[in-house]
Amino acid sequence: MAYSDKVVDHYENPRNVGSLDKDSTNVGTGLVGAPACGDVMKLQILVNEQGIIEDAKFKTFGCGSAIASSSLVTEWVKGKTLEEAVSIKNTEIAQHLALPPVKIHCSVLAEDAIKAAVSDYRKKRVTKAAE
Amino acid sequence: MDVLDAEAGAKPDPRSVVYLDYQATTPTDPRVIEAMLPYFNERFGNPHSRSHPYGWRAEEAVEKARAEIAAIIGADPKEIVFTSGATESNNLALKGVARFYRDKKNHVITEVTEHKCVLDTCRHLEQEGFEVTYLPVQPNGLVDLDGLKAAIRDTTAIVSVMAANNEIGVLQPIREIGAICRERQVFFHTDAAQAVGKIPLDVNEMNIDLMSISAHKIYGPMGIGALYVRRRPRVRIVPLINGGGQERGMRSGTLATPLVVGFGEACRLAAAEMADEAKRLMALRQRLYEGLMKRVPCIYLNGDLEHRLPGNLNMSFAYVEGEGLMMGIKDLAVSSGSACTSASLEPSYVLRALGVAEELAHTSLRLGLGRFTTEEDIDHAIESIAREVGRLREMSPLWEMAQEGVDLKSIAWAEH
Repeated sequence: MAYSDKVVDHYENPRNVGSLDKDSTNVGTGLVGAPACGDVMKLQILVNEQGIIEDAKFKTFGCGSAIASSSLVTEWVKGKTLEEAVSIKNTEIAQHLALPPVKIHCSVLAEDAIKAAVSDYRKKRVTKAAE
Repeated sequence: MDVLDAEAGAKPDPRSVVYLDYQATTPTDPRVIEAMLPYFNERFGNPHSRSHPYGWRAEEAVEKARAEIAAIIGADPKEIVFTSGATESNNLALKGVARFYRDKKNHVITEVTEHKCVLDTCRHLEQEGFEVTYLPVQPNGLVDLDGLKAAIRDTTAIVSVMAANNEIGVLQPIREIGAICRERQVFFHTDAAQAVGKIPLDVNEMNIDLMSISAHKIYGPMGIGALYVRRRPRVRIVPLINGGGQERGMRSGTLATPLVVGFGEACRLAAAEMADEAKRLMALRQRLYEGLMKRVPCIYLNGDLEHRLPGNLNMSFAYVEGEGLMMGIKDLAVSSGSACTSASLEPSYVLRALGVAEELAHTSLRLGLGRFTTEEDIDHAIESIAREVGRLREMSPLWEMAQEGVDLKSIAWAEH
C-alpha cells in the first residue's frame, strides 16, 4: 500500500513527540485505543489561563497512519480554544492526510484523543475549583 | 517493478531494498530460467501431442522434470500430478479425497495454523456436510500427537497437517503423524509448499499419502505446483478440473511445458544444494537472531527455534506496532503479523493460535532468508531494525508506561 506524502512526512518527522507533566492542573491527557487492537494514542495539551491550548505533545503505538494522525492533531490544536479543538472532525484529518478507507479508524482515534484530553483537563479544573 | 516504480514517487528503488521475505516467494534462479527459455519457442510443443516430434520432445522434457520432482520427495514419477500451485494442490487433495470416499467417511482432521487455502477448503467441505476437526497447537506451534490420536475416528477420511508453517517456519512432526495415520488406516496429506527443497522429505519413510508442492517457493516459476498422490496403497481422488484426462484424469488441461521444466530444474538444484544451503541459512539466521537479541531489549521469538525451517525467523518487538515498524525499515522487504497488513483487523491467527497475546501479535515481523541472502544483508537488517525499533519506542506510549513500571494489563483499555 502506498502512503501519501503527508503521512510519510509526519511519520518520518513527527511533530511534538513527547510528554507533558500529567499531574499538572494545566495539562489534559487523553489515552485512547488499546494495545490488543494495534493502536494506542496519548495526546496531552497544555492550556493557559485564557483557555487557549499553548502546547501539545503525543506518543503513539500504531501504524504510520496512526502516528501521522496524532502528529497532525498536535499541530492543529495548538493556539486553539478548547471549543475549537473539540470541533476538529476525523474527516478533516483523514482528508488532509489522504487516508485510505482501511485507515479511517486512525483519524477517528485522533479525534477521540483530542476529546479525551480536553475532557481530562476540564475534569481537573472542576476538581481544582471545588477545592 | 513497473508498478513499484509508477506508484513510487519518493519510494526507494526495489533493487536497493534487501529482500527478506523468502516465505512469500523466491526469485526464479537464473539457472532455472535458462532451462525454461527454449521451451517457449524453439522447443515448443504440446506434450500431449502424440503424433509428431514437437509433442514428443515436449513430453520428454515434462517427464524428465516429473522425475526430478518425484526424486526430491522419494516418490515414483507416476505419482506426481501437476497443478497450478500449492493452493490448487491443497484443494485437490482435500476435496478430492473427501468426495471420493464420502459414502463411507465424512470426517477430516487438520490443524489451526494451516495455510488459509487448507482452512478455507475445510470450511467448504463443512458446507458440503463433512465434519472437520481443527487440532490446536502447543505454544511452540507444534501439533500434539496425543490430541491427533484422540481425534481420529472410524469415519476419518484424511488428516492434513502442514510440513512447515509459512509464518513461523515451525516443522510439524510429520514422520510421527504419518506413522499414526498409517496405523489407523487414514490418509495423510501434508502441505509441503514451504518444506520441499528446504528439509529432507521422503514420502515412503514418512508414510505420506498426498503432498502439495509449489515451484515458486523453491526458486522455480510461479503458476506451477504438484500434488503427490500415492499409488500403493492407492489413494483415489475426484478431480476438480475435468477435460481431456491429462495427469491420469486427476487434473485435465494442457501442461505448461516451460513451467514444468523450470519446476523440475528448481527441484534438481534444491536437491543438490539443500544440505549446504541449510547450513548456510542456519548460520545466517543465528547471526540475525543473536544480533537482534543483543541490540534490542524486550523482543520475543515466535515458534520453536529447533524445529524450524533454516530460513525463517519470526519475532515480536514489544511496544512497536508491526506495520509502523515496516514503514520505518523501508530498506527491508519483510512481512508482519500485524492486523494492519491485512484487510481484516485481526492480528495473525497463527500467532494467536500459539497463545501469543494480541498486543504482541501486532508487533511481529517475519524475516525470511534464502538462497541470495548475504551476511551483509543480515548485518544491514540488524542495524536497520534496531534503529527503527529504538526510534519508534521513543514515540510509543506503551514503552513509556513500561519504563515507568506501569502494568499495561492494569489499564482499562477501550477496545475499538
